[in-house]
Amino acid sequence: MRLLATAGRVLSQLRRDPRTVAMMALLPMLLVGLFAWVMPARQFNAIGPMLIALFPFIVMFIVTSIATLRERTSGTLERLLTTPLQKAELLFGYELAFGLVAVLQAVLVVTFSVYVCGLTIDGNLWVVGGMAVLNALMGTALGLLASAFARTEFQAVQFMPVFVFPQMALGGVFMPRDQMPDVLSAVSDWLPLSYSIEAVQRATDGITGWDLTRPLLILVGVTLLALLLGSLTLPRRTP
Amino acid sequence: MKRGKVQVFDELDLDLHPGRITGLMGPSGCGKSTLIRCIVGIQRVQSGLVLVLGHPAGSPKLRRRVTYSSQQASVYTDLSVAENVSYFTRLYGLPRSEADRVIAAVGLADQRTQRADDLSGGQLTRTSLAIALLGKPEVVVLDEPTVGLDPVLRAELWTIFRELADSGITLLVSSHVMDEANRCDDLILMRQGRIIAHTTPAHLLTESGKPDPDEAFLELIRRDVARTARHSMAGTVARTDVAPRHAEEER
Repeated sequence: MRLLATAGRVLSQLRRDPRTVAMMALLPMLLVGLFAWVMPARQFNAIGPMLIALFPFIVMFIVTSIATLRERTSGTLERLLTTPLQKAELLFGYELAFGLVAVLQAVLVVTFSVYVCGLTIDGNLWVVGGMAVLNALMGTALGLLASAFARTEFQAVQFMPVFVFPQMALGGVFMPRDQMPDVLSAVSDWLPLSYSIEAVQRATDGITGWDLTRPLLILVGVTLLALLLGSLTLPRRTP
Repeated sequence: MKRGKVQVFDELDLDLHPGRITGLMGPSGCGKSTLIRCIVGIQRVQSGLVLVLGHPAGSPKLRRRVTYSSQQASVYTDLSVAENVSYFTRLYGLPRSEADRVIAAVGLADQRTQRADDLSGGQLTRTSLAIALLGKPEVVVLDEPTVGLDPVLRAELWTIFRELADSGITLLVSSHVMDEANRCDDLILMRQGRIIAHTTPAHLLTESGKPDPDEAFLELIRRDVARTARHSMAGTVARTDVAPRHAEEER
């Protein structure tokens, strides 16, 4: 199965790079820990869920955009496209490999937040963890897409501040979205990270039903759309 | 001959013979890579139809019959030789033994567990070549496989190419080192995006009256320049792009 072969290959590459694995698995956890230490408990309880949404997304976005950019520039992508491998198999191979890492990441970050940092979660822990995984998968998909617009790794890392920071500002991290000026609130309705934060917040608050399903579906939709657009940026024929 | 037949320009059929090495020679930037990319179906062509073995270049049917190794050794440098080869083995849906076969065929059995970024330039090229041999393709297209290698490594690679040709594979190998022309069975000479000769090494020398391929090629270029100049004066355009024109666009 070519999809599994691709996921296996991506994971072998990761295994060869312990520092990246450590960053993917541990960094979200350590950052959450840092915030918990800096802030009084009440404030941390408010911001903790957002961190659980943000850090997996950011870490996966960076790692994937660089990994796939390398694939594009090293000639291996071109070679893959002369084999029977389908583009969807390549993209979902990446999603699967990074998805597995995301599961590990989510387990660590949620467990650590709750049992070490004392984050109060009213909802189901597994749902919160699942949201973190979805966010990581969306980060992977958007990273894949973003890599098409970078020529070098140097350019790829620049997407992080350009792409992520404005979304953080508008996504409700510093100010609830409904209290923002109307224009900004309207803009934030169109940013995927707004729904990442919304989904994790609602999951931690124990909200279920449509109020939780709606942001969840939006996350899944954005992920699939990014993958579809990503596959269009992998033309078999290039100039 | 049907097998190994590659039609490139609309007026031009390139016959590549099974079991023979065809050298695609020409100065850097003359369009060798573009022509090769057309043949393996990854070059976006302006218009026109490129047929390889009777199928449009790059069509799924050809992906097991025509393989390609690009100018840069396209392998994952953070994986070992065996990991690289076995990944592609799985993509082609081939048995594990096939990975061992191609690794042995390029003489890398002792390096199989080494990471690709620890390999020498020649070994890296051979890893890339091993991947191109998976599944016993009919046509193997190699873009400048010997570029930047010392003479000893180049000789080693040509020995491997010869063994492959002897096993019945059609090889198309590009190079800008004219010395390597002598190692080919057939030659295609290119200049400025055009094929100026399709010949054999022996014929190249007799026709040009020069003692070595380097001189012979320069002589052909001189003649071509003279011809192009005459055509230009007559107001006709002599240049034909590698991207074929005047035919229906593929896909």
